[in-house]
Amino acid sequence: MMLNILIDDKKIEAEEGKNLLQACLDNGIYIPNLCHVKDMAHPQASCRLCFVEIEGEKKPVPSCSVTVREGMRVKTDTPSVRRLQRSAFHLLLSRHFIECKVCPANRKCELQKIAKFLKVGLKSNYPLLLPKAVLETGKQETDESHPIFNYYPNRCVLCGLCIHVCRTTHGIALLTFAKRGIDTVISFYGEEDVSRLPGDKCLACVNICPVSAITLKSLS
Amino acid sequence: MTETLHQCWTAIREEAKARRNAFKEAAVPKIHIGMATCGIASGAMETKKAFEDALAEQNIEARIHTVGCAGHCYAEPVVVIDHPASGFPPIFYHQVTAGKAKMLTNLFLKEGDPRFEHVYGATEINELIPSVMEFPRFNQEKRIIMEKCGRIDPEDIHEYIAEGGYETLVKVLELPPEQVIAEIEKSGLRGRGGAGFPTGRKWALARRAHGENKIVICNADEGDPGAYMDRTILESNPHQILEGLMICAYTVGARKALIYVRAEYPLAVKLVTKAIEQAKELKLAGGNILGTGFDLDISVFQGSGAFVCGEETALIQSIEGQRGMPLHRPPYPVEKGLGGEPTVINNVKTLASVPPILEHGADWYRSIGTENSPGTAIFSVVGDVLHAGLVEIPMGVSLRTLIFDICGGVPNKKKFKAVQIGGPSGGCLPEHFLDTPIDFDSLTAAGAMMGSGGMVVMNEDACVVNVSRFFLDFTQKESCGKCTFCRIGTCHLLGILDRLTKGEGREGDIESLESLSEDIKDGSLCGLGKTAPNPVLTSIRYFRDEYEAHIREKKCPGKMCRPLTAFYIDLDKCARGCDACVGCCPVDAVFTTRNRKKGIDQALCVKCGECMVACPPQYDAVRKVSPPELAPVIERPATKESHP
Ligand SMILES: Cc1cc2nc3c(=O)[nH]c(=O)nc-3n(C[C@H](O)[C@H](O)[C@H](O)COP(=O)(O)O)c2cc1C
Ligand code: SF4
Ligand code: SF4
Ligand code: FES
Repeated sequence: MMLNILIDDKKIEAEEGKNLLQACLDNGIYIPNLCHVKDMAHPQASCRLCFVEIEGEKKPVPSCSVTVREGMRVKTDTPSVRRLQRSAFHLLLSRHFIECKVCPANRKCELQKIAKFLKVGLKSNYPLLLPKAVLETGKQETDESHPIFNYYPNRCVLCGLCIHVCRTTHGIALLTFAKRGIDTVISFYGEEDVSRLPGDKCLACVNICPVSAITLKSLS
Repeated sequence: MTETLHQCWTAIREEAKARRNAFKEAAVPKIHIGMATCGIASGAMETKKAFEDALAEQNIEARIHTVGCAGHCYAEPVVVIDHPASGFPPIFYHQVTAGKAKMLTNLFLKEGDPRFEHVYGATEINELIPSVMEFPRFNQEKRIIMEKCGRIDPEDIHEYIAEGGYETLVKVLELPPEQVIAEIEKSGLRGRGGAGFPTGRKWALARRAHGENKIVICNADEGDPGAYMDRTILESNPHQILEGLMICAYTVGARKALIYVRAEYPLAVKLVTKAIEQAKELKLAGGNILGTGFDLDISVFQGSGAFVCGEETALIQSIEGQRGMPLHRPPYPVEKGLGGEPTVINNVKTLASVPPILEHGADWYRSIGTENSPGTAIFSVVGDVLHAGLVEIPMGVSLRTLIFDICGGVPNKKKFKAVQIGGPSGGCLPEHFLDTPIDFDSLTAAGAMMGSGGMVVMNEDACVVNVSRFFLDFTQKESCGKCTFCRIGTCHLLGILDRLTKGEGREGDIESLESLSEDIKDGSLCGLGKTAPNPVLTSIRYFRDEYEAHIREKKCPGKMCRPLTAFYIDLDKCARGCDACVGCCPVDAVFTTRNRKKGIDQALCVKCGECMVACPPQYDAVRKVSPPELAPVIERPATKESHP
């Protein structure tokens, strides 16, 4: 069944059971997002960029975690929505090593797209939280432990899409979150799992990464 | 069916009572020793050994009875000696070291002299010895959850049964589940895990939810620094929790129950595991409980000890073998929890409240506490209070009564400054909140939170900025790293607080703390991030001047932030020729002035305060000041040694 919902001033139709963020994107209404992909069973809701205001709710909510309802009235561009989005974005940037010119993601990077949309620059309002060595040398860290891929922790926005796509492609994720708090990174499982790797035949994680934090060794 | 139930149960209960009576009536002295983790940490093992040795040496017959903890941490190791032949009532002794144990065996048990100078009080009202029941710490408490803690041996199911334990379960097994849930709803019981969700409503939702393999889980993760009430209850009376868990399982229709205990609680794990085994032996757990056809498989799951794993969705992930990361709710665990099945998760204290509620009825429970927060609350009161420990009080008691009457107030003639309630999710309240009643809603309105029940009392020497820094350091490390605001935002909050405590604060820092805190609160995914800024927001709200002092004057009003303080020696008070402080300084910063008094070399001083401790009280010459410029400059006389 199709439901009618109002996004800002635009009337759209969305299938029952659909996720609000997806419904907006399908209708050409962009809401910043990093951790969402179509048809995820349980939204991760971790990047905290896709906030919207829904009539009847006190505070902005992440649209990726809302199921559409008939007659729902949604606002995507209120001061409190923008405030949270910009704040989350600046926080992400404070952990992101800016090197656009030489970055393989340049021009297709989701961060560049979101910065433009939110009308903010790529310089964080917060002091940079990068490791001392990175700030001093101006060279970012690289995890080269994997035989085929390189991982760049100071690029990664921890959207978790690589883990998700790996799990859906292979039935089991060969990558995982590791460590806690600000030190959280993506990590490949240890040596014993290398034999199970699909090798350079599968590039699902490389392709899905919105910021090129995983790259093929042979190309870098 | 009912007949078998009653037959089985009567046999069990009579056996338990017979054992208890045999113990009680035995004409020998009984020595009850508190042996929970807190007691053991204070030396209860050595105390027990000393009693055993002394009894053997003196050839005295007595029974040693190991019990759990009654919450009197300030008095550990606690021993109660019941020596009927002496003519005295049972006596509560505090801080019973091995030496004291030997002395009491020799003098009290053998010669009948209770050594009045060591007596804390009699456990019952009598004419010979003042009773502890006359002390506010004892008579203003209201014990429902911890009623049996410290009185029974947690390793013996019979003792719990002899005290009326499992009677409620037996009663419930004959009632329609809906009736039991209705009674819990009527009682107004709210979850003690922090958020205060109505327990009856949770159970009703779970009962209605569809699922063949419903599960109930007792949340004993307790990761809040400074909170240890769940551990104490597990170690002192695990059966009351099991009974509550079984009642919950029966009413919602679950056949599987789990107790999620952190692996860092080895004694709790051991005692709960033993309790489950004993319950199974008596057919109170396992298959076909007491012949009623109700099956319940109960097991213990040891958590890896991350704070965030206490959050219910992360807890489920952790049991499923995933990384403990919270999930977006809904769906809530009662709809779709462990393995996708309806799952009830309740805190230890919530479950332990259930048997007494059903035993005495919802109206009785409602008569305790307040309209919207019936029942009791347990706090672990620590910090600058005289009688630290676990306190169970009716909801609605004021903070003042709890801190000053029941816990004895702030020691050493210091002034009260603030109380931090609810641990890292809670808030820091100043003096003018002391008359706030303790209940879920009043604390939340004040900006604090019931949270886990951790309570830290601070005197005038505490620095609220530093305390916020401590909690942010904790939450920042414990953040699971999933969502942006909590992972990165808390780290920036910590960075600013760090600068303030080092004297590197700038104009605008307070405003940045406030606005980032609001964003983290509104933007985070789970309760950890949503509440992490509370200590910062409340301390700014109530102690803004102290933040400003750190920034504008580089001054720490509590004189706690080391870079903002200095020690110096008051030459008018310093005694000529006294050397008490010289040797204690770890960095040799204390020097002798020309007229044989002492001075501190500010360039060397690491501000440990050892000299202040070492200076004899009759001189009391060491001063601590903030900002450090207040310390007068005293030149070090040039000597050969100091300037080679
Ligand atoms: C970061 C975090 C840590 C938590 N830790 C605990 C805990 O250690 N014990 C607990 O019972 N509840 C804890 N909770 C609350 C649980 O998510 C859940 O609400 C509670 O166990 C429900 O039980 P109740 O209804 O009996 O309160 C925590 C919540 C959060 C957000
Ligand atoms: S490596 Fe890329 S896809 Fe994976 S979490 Fe980081 S940013 Fe996301
Ligand atoms: S708020 Fe913190 S602990 Fe909770 S999901 Fe986000 S990062 Fe993890
Ligand atoms: S897309 Fe909704 S939180 Fe990331």
